[in-house]
Amino acid sequence: MRVLKAMLRQPSALFGLIVVVVVVAMAIAAPLIAPYSPDNQMFDGLTLEGAPMPPSEQFLLGTDTLGRDLFSRLLFGARTSLVIGLVANGIAVAIGLFIGILSGYLRGFVGGLLMRFTDLMMAFPALLLAIVLAALLRPSLWIVAMVIALVNWVQVARIVYTETRGLVERDFILAERSLGAGHFRILFMHILPHLMPTAIVWGTLGIATTVLLEATLSFLGIGVQPPQPSWGNIIFESQSYFQAAPWLVFFPGAIILLTALSFNLVGDALRDILDPTQRGRG
Amino acid sequence: MALLILRRLVQTALILLGVAAITFLLLYALPADPARMIAGRSATAQTVANIRRELGLDQPLLVQFWTYLQGIVHGDLGRSYAQKTDVGSLIAARIPATLLLMAAGILVEVVLGLTLGIIAALRRGGAVDRVVMMASFVGVSAPQFVVALLLLYVFAVMLGWFPMSGFGTPAHVVLPAATLGILGAGWYARMVRSAMIDVLNQDYVRTARAKGLSSARIILRHALPNAMLPIIAMIGIDIGQFMGGVVVVEAVYGWPGIGQLAWQAIQQVDIPIIMGVTLVSALAIVLGNLIADIIAPLIDPRIRAR
Repeated sequence: MRVLKAMLRQPSALFGLIVVVVVVAMAIAAPLIAPYSPDNQMFDGLTLEGAPMPPSEQFLLGTDTLGRDLFSRLLFGARTSLVIGLVANGIAVAIGLFIGILSGYLRGFVGGLLMRFTDLMMAFPALLLAIVLAALLRPSLWIVAMVIALVNWVQVARIVYTETRGLVERDFILAERSLGAGHFRILFMHILPHLMPTAIVWGTLGIATTVLLEATLSFLGIGVQPPQPSWGNIIFESQSYFQAAPWLVFFPGAIILLTALSFNLVGDALRDILDPTQRGRG
Repeated sequence: MALLILRRLVQTALILLGVAAITFLLLYALPADPARMIAGRSATAQTVANIRRELGLDQPLLVQFWTYLQGIVHGDLGRSYAQKTDVGSLIAARIPATLLLMAAGILVEVVLGLTLGIIAALRRGGAVDRVVMMASFVGVSAPQFVVALLLLYVFAVMLGWFPMSGFGTPAHVVLPAATLGILGAGWYARMVRSAMIDVLNQDYVRTARAKGLSSARIILRHALPNAMLPIIAMIGIDIGQFMGGVVVVEAVYGWPGIGQLAWQAIQQVDIPIIMGVTLVSALAIVLGNLIADIIAPLIDPRIRAR
């Protein structure tokens, strides 16, 4: 509640929060809101010359190159993009937490090895790696999510590592240890709770990155495969037409931007609110 | 200093070895079969087997990797499956175009970021400040390909100021560089702003002001150099980021750099080129950070003392 109240006081965070809630609600309620089926290739959805229709009363955001309603496709695309955002980023944060906590707590040989591995992954051209993996594996929604998770955990691991190193040195851990607590108890009951703010912040910020990465992969044609709509592949399918029908590129583009922006704003506000070093500073 | 550089160089070599090993393992584990791709759909099993033997793909993984490493040490990145030429020279031919694009993109980023950041710091809390802070978020949230298409639509299709795609004249550079630069500029502006606010509050700036120096002189000669440190580090990081990120921009604008080379290679499962580009990109990332670390003490004596 404290967090929510603090967020409502900042205009930009409030804006982000509203957009996130609206996008998620619309994705969940897609079948109820969508005026047409997203896969329905309507015979009146194309002009007489066979070109896509511009936005009109009948088709709120126009139609795509196959005569499907763009608004309906965007609604169902939101489901795909958000599911990937949540799943891929959830996995990435989980891996990052696990590796970060372990290397920070163990230190020594194993910890050093894990951290060198993380450093190595930092030097990996992430986007290139994602593109290579997505292109050479047979792309599907879950493969795309896995590829993104595989690329995105590194940053979280680095931050969690640094925080864990700091926590391990603190007196309450020493006290706990002298009371006879085992490693598991210390890790899960005492260190993990202190890392929850970080996990929440990165769980939010990372969704923005993930949505963008999914859109980029789909835009290159190696992400979610049509006819299943995702924001990126709607643009991919219509990019050769974009001079004649720019709305097919710019409506989905604007929605990707708005969604990523909102998750970033909310994540940034959460970081300000949850960061313990900021707490009590007025 | 020399010892530090030596240590970093050894680290660099180790990181590249690791990147090579992981990429090799991943590509080996993937279901795509290069021999079958080269042979074509109608090839017999015999032809595929011949090609596999010719490329050394029938060898065990470790033997293949060892052969590859031996090649790298001799400066040989292998031969492209599809184009039958030396990967090293293929990449070398594409690098100038990518470097040009990166340099232009970083220039846009730094100039725009510095200007906006300084103005925002001076007019703290004002309209410009708020716009810059918001713009930095929009910059990291905007999908690169959409911005690329948007610029293409407005400035090439509608206004006709710049060519749609291609390479060669200065006009060709503008849109791709702007795509790379505009998105990053917001973040630079944010960093310059906070660094400048820090510096402007320090005593020596007050002294300079008390001496009666003009505010332009105070900002450019006294404050800015001390605010440059994070910018240098950021440019180092960006060099690496761009190296991997140019795939999209080069695809949209038909820019003949290594991003495009990589994209073609990925579609043809041309593993030696994919390996080569990944290694070159990793090298760029590591070198970018290394250069930033070497430059930092040169411009800031406080770091040198440590």
